[in-house]
Amino acid sequence: MVSGILAVWEKEIKSYLLSPLAYVLMSVFLLLGGYFFSVILLSTRVASMGGYFGNAATILVFLIPILTMRLFAEEDQRGTSELLYTLPVSIYQIVLGKYLAASTVLGLMLAATVPYPVILIATAEPDVGPILTSYLGLFLLGGSFLAAGCLTSSLTKSQMVAAVSGYGLLLFMWILDWLSSAIPGTAGDLARAVSPFSHYRDFLKGILEPNDLLFFGSLIAGFLGLTVANVELRTWA
Amino acid sequence: MIELKGVTKVYGNRVGIHNITLTVNRGEIVGLLGTNGAGKTTTMRIIAGYMPPTSGEVRVAGFDVLKEPREVKRRVGYLPEIPPVYPDMTVRTFLEFVAKMKSVPRARQRTVVSETIERVGLSEVADRLIGNLSRGYRQRVGIAQAILAEPDVLILDEPMTGLDPKQIVEIRQLIQNLARNRTVLFSSHILLEVTVLCDRVAIINRGRLVAQGTPAELSRLLRGRRRLHLEVDGVQDKVVAALKAVPGVAGVEVRGGRGSIHNYVVESGDEDVRRAVFRALAAIDAPLLRMEQEAVTLEKVFLELVARDSLSGVG
Repeated sequence: MVSGILAVWEKEIKSYLLSPLAYVLMSVFLLLGGYFFSVILLSTRVASMGGYFGNAATILVFLIPILTMRLFAEEDQRGTSELLYTLPVSIYQIVLGKYLAASTVLGLMLAATVPYPVILIATAEPDVGPILTSYLGLFLLGGSFLAAGCLTSSLTKSQMVAAVSGYGLLLFMWILDWLSSAIPGTAGDLARAVSPFSHYRDFLKGILEPNDLLFFGSLIAGFLGLTVANVELRTWA
Repeated sequence: MIELKGVTKVYGNRVGIHNITLTVNRGEIVGLLGTNGAGKTTTMRIIAGYMPPTSGEVRVAGFDVLKEPREVKRRVGYLPEIPPVYPDMTVRTFLEFVAKMKSVPRARQRTVVSETIERVGLSEVADRLIGNLSRGYRQRVGIAQAILAEPDVLILDEPMTGLDPKQIVEIRQLIQNLARNRTVLFSSHILLEVTVLCDRVAIINRGRLVAQGTPAELSRLLRGRRRLHLEVDGVQDKVVAALKAVPGVAGVEVRGGRGSIHNYVVESGDEDVRRAVFRALAAIDAPLLRMEQEAVTLEKVFLELVARDSLSGVG
């Protein structure tokens, strides 16, 4: 069971780390994030990372579809899916292996920002709690984006189509957040309830609520489940 | 080992294969022969578990591909038509990946991979990126992943494409060695491959199984139609008349010549008319310079069967 997931994870992580793409994405993330972190810090002179985490989420919306577009579309494009799906490993193991590899890259990206809180702690006395929950929140938010990207990549042979439809999905989630503040009443509440960004905001405040964890958990599981179903349908239809 | 019962695959409104019934026994090498687009790849994809049949039953080693795909995949080594290789991996890392996916025990992975590399002659390029290899090497990497971990059943879709003549001989020997206690189903549109390698041949045309049997059995199908090629010195009309008068001769055709010497093609039924032809020509004093009975090759059987089937299909 686990060995199949591990074999796929290893193949994908090697593929990520041997191609320039992951490094370019990481550099863009750090460059933009570093800009936001330093500008916000210098202008507000408050030892908090709230502003940074708000902007980092937006940056991820634009980077994640590029990270995930190749996961399944490339296999179809190269004809390697015919090998992958006839090896004695279940589709869900393949999907999980690929998802975990992309999550690992996301984890590395977030790990590379650790100097920011270190600087704050060294020079001032920031509230460490919200910083830790924000990291968890950003990882979960990014993780949901990755799962959505997996789904769109499994829908097509073209990496371009996978990326663009990934953007569509993520921007829709973003719009949900605007709607929740723009529309009054039940519709607005509903939009708030299903918007990943409004759940993410709880983490920024330093709140660790079970329903937020459950929300992201089920969002990720839902997208991955759809991906498994889609791959199975495509081969078994 | 492999059993197909009434297998049909429909793509949208196009029929891929229709009602194919075929059995391949343990230790047997069976060749699927057909023109491009005849349905060979569809048949093999279904057996390998890449896609399900629309209807019919497929069993490998007694396991149904629809109900127990894992059990089937565990026993099958599959080489797809396009060698499924990752250009950004080296030959060794790719095969190690396949070994892990095939659940080769960790301790044995390295040895299994090295042995396989040795077996298909990839030692020189084992640590190069697959993307930088030639077509022939990539094809061999594809064969390597299929035979890795010694599966009971090998499904090879056009295994010889892209190989040079020396490699073809090597791979042919490899397949023959592997087949000793295994089951091999491979496809080709090249007849020579099939005759040299196979115990049995199944001919597919336009998604239907047109004929199956040993190469000899298939040749026998077309008996009852013999063809003699003659070279005769004599007046053309007289020779034709004399040949037509021979009992058993169905048709005579003149195929050029020079001066009084002409070439003739004599078609006859099942009986051997060579002696009678010789006597008939001697009787009209037309010397027989050459006589040859056409050998019915598998290639002719194939073309005839395909042609017959296509004609009846139109009607």
